[in-house]
Amino acid sequence: MSSSSTYSGKTRTFSHGIHPEEYKELSSDCTIQRMPFVEEYMLPLGQHIGGPSKLIVTKGQKVNRGEKIADASGFVSVALHSPVDGEISDIGIFTNPNGQVLPGVKIKTDPYSTQVMEEKPRDLDKMDAATFVNEVQSSGIVGLGGAAFPTHVKFAIPEDKNCKYIMLNGCECEPFLTADHRVMAEWPEVIVDGINILNRFAKAEKAYIGIEANKPDAIEALKKVAEKNDFPIEVIALKVKYPQGAEKMMITAILGEEVPSGKLPLDLGVLLCNVGTIAAISDWFRKSKPLIERVVTITGTAIKNPSNLLIPIGTPMKDVIDYCGGITDDSPRILLGGPMMGAIQKSLDIPVIKGTSGILILTQNEVRSLDEYNCIRCAKCVDACPIFLNPSALGLLAKKGLWEDMMEYNIMDCFECASCSFVCPSSIPLVQSFRVAKGMLREQAMRDKAKEAKEAEETKD
Amino acid sequence: MSSSKLSISTAPFLKEKETTPNIMLFVVYTLLPVLGVSFYYFGLSAVMITLTAVFSCMLTEWMFNKSGDKLKSLKDGSGLLTGILLALTLPPGFPLWMVFVGGVAAIGLGKAMWGGLGQNVFNPALLGRAFLQSAFPTAITTWSDPNGGYFSFRGTNLALPLFQGEPVDAVSGATPLAQMKFEKVSTDWIELLIGNVGGSLGETCGAILILMGLFLLLKGIIKWRIPLAIILTVSIFSGIFYLIDPEIYPSPIFMLLSGGMLLGTIYMATDPVTTPLTSKGGWIFGIGVGILIVLIRIWGGLPEGVMYAILLMNAGTPLINRFAKTRVYGHKTTK
Repeated sequence: MSSSSTYSGKTRTFSHGIHPEEYKELSSDCTIQRMPFVEEYMLPLGQHIGGPSKLIVTKGQKVNRGEKIADASGFVSVALHSPVDGEISDIGIFTNPNGQVLPGVKIKTDPYSTQVMEEKPRDLDKMDAATFVNEVQSSGIVGLGGAAFPTHVKFAIPEDKNCKYIMLNGCECEPFLTADHRVMAEWPEVIVDGINILNRFAKAEKAYIGIEANKPDAIEALKKVAEKNDFPIEVIALKVKYPQGAEKMMITAILGEEVPSGKLPLDLGVLLCNVGTIAAISDWFRKSKPLIERVVTITGTAIKNPSNLLIPIGTPMKDVIDYCGGITDDSPRILLGGPMMGAIQKSLDIPVIKGTSGILILTQNEVRSLDEYNCIRCAKCVDACPIFLNPSALGLLAKKGLWEDMMEYNIMDCFECASCSFVCPSSIPLVQSFRVAKGMLREQAMRDKAKEAKEAEETKD
Repeated sequence: MSSSKLSISTAPFLKEKETTPNIMLFVVYTLLPVLGVSFYYFGLSAVMITLTAVFSCMLTEWMFNKSGDKLKSLKDGSGLLTGILLALTLPPGFPLWMVFVGGVAAIGLGKAMWGGLGQNVFNPALLGRAFLQSAFPTAITTWSDPNGGYFSFRGTNLALPLFQGEPVDAVSGATPLAQMKFEKVSTDWIELLIGNVGGSLGETCGAILILMGLFLLLKGIIKWRIPLAIILTVSIFSGIFYLIDPEIYPSPIFMLLSGGMLLGTIYMATDPVTTPLTSKGGWIFGIGVGILIVLIRIWGGLPEGVMYAILLMNAGTPLINRFAKTRVYGHKTTK
């Protein structure tokens, strides 16, 4: 089941959850390699949650590696930078991961583009909390765990709240993925430096780094660096269990407290961040290197050479696949992200974006659809759900389209980890139908709100 | 799936291997030793009643199946399981045509009518037996002696359809429960474990049922809460009466090993479809069944109460599910 080795010390965890096969051994020992530049890059403007970035370059303009090509369009938005020296070759609408068609920009690489950039530390001493947040926003950094939520929004701590703990998520509980694992094992100093930078402004009591026990080398490496650090950093080994890396599950495992429904980790005084993201923070403040590349795991049973690559943002997927030796299966299934929460792709004509944590190339044998049977109420899903919902009852309600009744069973608390669908012996698409239900309910809520506003306006007249 | 078929699906792309048909088949496999013991004691009758019940259940399943894939509900293995379980609850000398009627009732009234697998409120096998109990009260309380040879029929097995028939064997043994109820004679627990006593096909041999129950628990097919709750409740509740007057009331050990107690606890009260989902619900269900068993056995008109105890609690299960909800993460109460 597990990869080469496991951490032997004490581990903590949350209750419920599942144990899918890990498949991490395919790429867990592959050190991070730099992917060479390719001919052309494609950068969508909306790679993150929030408003798409606003383009500030024109077609034909020359840009340098690390140069800003788009500004943030609001508070919940970030800047975008060119990953190479080159020329803006096209501005238009292109296909993105998950089949989205969005505005973007293409950059033709200058054949003499170098990977070396001028390293210019930013003056932290003169910075206050507000400028720090602005700096992070202009660095283009978003959560690298997969959600791509603008990091500076998290770092902008409201006046009435207070950060007690900085918590780093190094669980990487999705099967197959090893990008965070490699980052932690190879760049522990960068991660700790990132924590120290953040803590200048967050002023926390302590930092925690939560790592699943299947990454003993990462735990050791970070422990070694953390020991010497002035600001107290505790590395905590967590049990190998899915979804240990969900923020609520990690907070519960480490602090023993639950994040109240509808609240944020910050309500418990926790500032949570992915390990890759904090490394990017260090890169920005120490070297002025914006988020122009990230570590991605390319793995699966149908890729020739599984690897962990440092890939420039905007690299076309097919170039990445070629670099890894190509696909060994006739009709592969290509996923972005992990197998539990990732999305299947229909084409390779899409770029690696800021939120791409992994590219999985699987065979049909793994991504198979099974015959669906009726629910036999075996309650395996009830025992798996990490937030103690009743997926069995929710599934029956979803089948009948009784969305409103699902509210009573707290469907909106579901964070779609897919543990229920994983265990269901009847192969009922539980989480799949919950996504639909949540979408319907959100839409309904929006419609109700609009109707209310309209009525209020009418009565005013 | 052919490679040309376009398959669009959403996460998760990993799946635990266990499937519903596998679970059903696994339970069927654990019933094979029980059937073996039944054959040892009741010979050809055990075989014929089981075959008839399975045939009748599968046939009804097939006839009621309206979905495009005519064989789908046969493939899930639940009809086969219901057939075997129904057979195990019947007396060895029961007319085969009545067994057939019972199978039709079990699947037709007990399952298909509710919408198929997973939708029924009552355990289908027990519902089929309850139907037979009210339709043929004499035949279902006529018991045969366990030692009648392998290759002979018992009682009125071969009665013509719509007839009661004449028993082929003269010996008719009362069950330990009936002896207790009407004559206040207890049966030794070793006899009950070995199974050399009168009773339904699958209920007499306590040892093999306990063994299979432990095996199912170990494999995680059944949960421990409901069986434990039933066993504890029956022991404590009947133990109190036994302590008051051991002359009149049966001992807890006798209560646990006699009649359909073990068969019902291990194979029917653990049926996931008709029992509560949550652990809290499981405790309520188990305690309810335990109390009802003791009440019916001691004060009811019938010597045996397991069937009705489970069926009554089945009826209460939707209600229990409604009240025994789990507390959701991040919520203070179980709202």
